[in-house]
Amino acid sequence: MNIMTIIGMALTTQGALFLLLGAIGIVRMPDMYTRMQAGTKATTLGAMSFILGIGFMEPAWLLKTILIVVFIALSNPISSHALARAAHRSGIFPLSRENIDLYKRDNQEDKS
Amino acid sequence: MDGLFQRFAKDKEYHVRFVFSWIILFAIWMALTSSLQIQEVLTGVITVGIVASFTWKNFTTKGLHYLHPQRIFYILLYILVFLKELVKSNFHVAWIVLHPKLPISPGIVRFPTRLKSETAKLILANSITLTPGTLSVDIKDNMYYIHWLEAKNMTDEEAAQSIAGPFENLLIKIFED
Repeated sequence: MNIMTIIGMALTTQGALFLLLGAIGIVRMPDMYTRMQAGTKATTLGAMSFILGIGFMEPAWLLKTILIVVFIALSNPISSHALARAAHRSGIFPLSRENIDLYKRDNQEDKS
Repeated sequence: MDGLFQRFAKDKEYHVRFVFSWIILFAIWMALTSSLQIQEVLTGVITVGIVASFTWKNFTTKGLHYLHPQRIFYILLYILVFLKELVKSNFHVAWIVLHPKLPISPGIVRFPTRLKSETAKLILANSITLTPGTLSVDIKDNMYYIHWLEAKNMTDEEAAQSIAGPFENLLIKIFED
């Protein structure tokens, strides 16, 4: 067992753990936006380190997996951004104890 | 033919932009094939040339300026800062999710940015989404709307400082000097 395989195993384990944490977050969080916070961050790093770990285990694939990691880092936040914006526009407002929602306020000012 | 050439030359620094797209696309080609065999490299040179000649206009607006050593240094620094924040945000989420009381007080705050380039705005929005406790919801002109797990009543400047703090200065150095 060489050093690359060990690094790969550590990375895949870490990725699986973060994906699990993301799943727990989606169950426990109270509303849509906070769920998405848990989902986006945990799945991005989880998937990134998982795929990179596979790359370390099979060094011939390393460059390809790095490319996949870059594309995940670029595209994952965009999809969550689009979902959050669409949700707010279709009338799902965030749960907020102190009622801070400047986006809603500014949109209403634009209309009036 | 004459008109075509004029249209081509009217775009500022078209050759620099073409060469830049070619370099980036060729790097991707090399990563995908992962081989130094002469046939594969030659096929890559030609295919990438064709693709770059179609896409250089949308691919970049400044071209080789991005490959200036100082900019490359800041880009590498940015990647390091970004990875640090990404790991930090994952532990933040882990702490919140495993905490029995779920210590959050969410809300949507806003802050203005000093960035002007569209690409820089996109990268800042992406980075904000992946930093601890924040998720970008919308960008209107230069105003960012951010869903924040620890929202407080604060001025726009304070919000900018605590949300975009580590990234904005680096992005200005990369894109707008």
